[in-house]
Amino acid sequence: MSQPEVLNQAFELGYTYTRSTGPVIGRFLTELRNRNIVGIKASDGRVVVPPMEYDPNTAEELSEFVDVGQQGEIVSFAWVKEPREAHPMDVPFAWAMIKLDGADVPMIHCVAAPSEDAIATGARVQVVWADETIGYITDIRCFELV
Amino acid sequence: MSEEQEVVTVVKAPVYLKYNFTAGAAPARFLAQIKKGVLTGQRCPKCSAVYVPPRGSCGGCGVATEEEVVLSNKATVQSFTIVYIPIPNNPIQPPYIIANVVPDGANVSFIHLMSECVNEDVHIGARVEAVWKPKEEWGFAMDNIRYYRPIDEPNVPVDQIGKLSVNGQEG
Ligand SMILES: [Zn+2]
Repeated sequence: MSQPEVLNQAFELGYTYTRSTGPVIGRFLTELRNRNIVGIKASDGRVVVPPMEYDPNTAEELSEFVDVGQQGEIVSFAWVKEPREAHPMDVPFAWAMIKLDGADVPMIHCVAAPSEDAIATGARVQVVWADETIGYITDIRCFELV
Repeated sequence: MSEEQEVVTVVKAPVYLKYNFTAGAAPARFLAQIKKGVLTGQRCPKCSAVYVPPRGSCGGCGVATEEEVVLSNKATVQSFTIVYIPIPNNPIQPPYIIANVVPDGANVSFIHLMSECVNEDVHIGARVEAVWKPKEEWGFAMDNIRYYRPIDEPNVPVDQIGKLSVNGQEG
């Protein structure tokens, strides 16, 4: 039996999902499109960003939306030395938990920084909006150090 | 301006998985034969089962399969389904039949398309034959066989499906 040639073929499997946002995340994204960030007030008074539909303690439906700031503080972060294709930036950046002013819990997003040394827990950051906003989390292009 | 826009209710969240598929030795040999217009299987040295497309081993016996056997263009319908829902990017218009067919000389079936048939008349045990594309279009692909079509031969009894020799019902 002769050795066969090696046969390779590239192919792509695509799942073209469209997801329903529900009313609360829908409101959050609608506000993002307007370059505004909203959280929601939980039963214990905490402001949760992004907003959630049900109270984390009592499971009751939540409805009191609250505007939060466009600046905040890095609670923790991970530096990405080699961004991958699906990442939001093609240069090294940080994934960070950012507690926005007026919010009581951090939310995750990316932070642009010149180097790993430039970023630190406790650093102040502010939103950089995308040129065109469409009602998606990437309407916040990234955060940058203040 | 933005106040006029509608509230966001959905987001697009596609997932794309990029593969590089390597055929492996047995399927590569199989595909090389398919490119020449020949359907081949591999026989297990222990239980004699003939696999198509061959994977290089017998799942039942756990041994490597090396002996290659040329299979017939004739086959038997082992099972089938009528597809009514269009599949995105698939040029075939429903309703059409996807069947598990066992080529004569093999003991396992593979999935292929059926055509030149009345869908309602297709049945388990029906005799069919491969319709190949023109030779110029042959590549390393199963769709060198464009589809299977019915032939005028007696039905194969259910307990004989997958047990015919390469000579079909004569042999
Ligand atoms: Zn075996």
